[in-house]
Amino acid sequence: MEFTEDQLQRYSRHIILPEVGGKGQKKLLNAKVFIIGAGGLGCPVGYYLAAAGVGTIGMIDNDTVELSNLQRQIAHSTRTLGMPKIDSAKNTFEALNPDVKVVGIKERISKDNIKDLIKCYDVVVDGSDNFPTRYLVNDACVMLKKPLVSGAILRFEGQVTTILPGDGHCYRCLFEEMPPAGLVPSCQEAGVIGAITGVVGSLQALEVVKLILGKGEVLKNTLLIYDALRTTFRRVKIPKNPDCPVCGSKPTITELQDYDAGYCRL
Amino acid sequence: MAVKVRIPTPLQRLTQGKEEVEGKSGTVINLINDLETRYPGIAERISEGGKVRRFVNIYVNEEDIRFLQAEQTQVKDGDEVSIVPAIAGGGITVER
Repeated sequence: MEFTEDQLQRYSRHIILPEVGGKGQKKLLNAKVFIIGAGGLGCPVGYYLAAAGVGTIGMIDNDTVELSNLQRQIAHSTRTLGMPKIDSAKNTFEALNPDVKVVGIKERISKDNIKDLIKCYDVVVDGSDNFPTRYLVNDACVMLKKPLVSGAILRFEGQVTTILPGDGHCYRCLFEEMPPAGLVPSCQEAGVIGAITGVVGSLQALEVVKLILGKGEVLKNTLLIYDALRTTFRRVKIPKNPDCPVCGSKPTITELQDYDAGYCRL
Repeated sequence: MAVKVRIPTPLQRLTQGKEEVEGKSGTVINLINDLETRYPGIAERISEGGKVRRFVNIYVNEEDIRFLQAEQTQVKDGDEVSIVPAIAGGGITVER
């Protein structure tokens, strides 16, 4: 594949970086990334990956754009109110960069569709807003050995980690069990400061780009915690748990389950 | 010099908005119980029956206590203890 004149200009600030170069840019153009959720995190992740020229971006979300989303979900706009989020995001990303193909899926993610949805992708990004989805995505990525870049936000706090199945920790090594419904508030109940989605989503997009390029270090065995009120970043270690029920040496979870009993539905 | 305890956003309501409070040296579980005397309600959010809840992690400096001596891990003055609960927010709207 040769770059067109337009592509040489569009990606010139990438190509000039020794860590990217023409070779790295081609890797990005050939890469396929699947994003769970077209909301607070999915918007900036998709936006930056589209700008970077990631060739195929898959995205699943079952919701339509609401006015209360627009304080942070920057791929949508007042003009796309009422539109399915994946259509709104697809329009935005493809307008930014026609090199990018966005595959939008307006469905709820479940144990029955997740493996088929992610199997052809190189990297998965979790930008979901609830625990049942987080555990489902983690388990599916471990089973299919897909790298997973996980981000979460609440109020003024963000968490990011990168899961490399077979190599580092998984989400269940980090948090063994999901909190019982009602104990941890959702963004809807607790609020979230808009721009934190940009910080956490951009960190996730960078993790994806590094994975595709094979450069630098990702947040393997590490949880990055961002406190937006104090402007601090902290890192803590996440050892791989040898007794992890999904990625340990004797896994007890070998088939996917939907974990949303007692939880609000997506 | 005491133990520095980092309080996560969801629990700062119990510490009058403070992100960092002082803790007592000794075992982690004693530190949690001591916090409870000053910040009622906090121990229950972090632990149950003397055990740290499974969706909350406690780090002494950068190390997860589950891989040290769990609740019996010793902390000393100058150590930094972080309480890190799982959070899930991201963006798919939750329908009620």
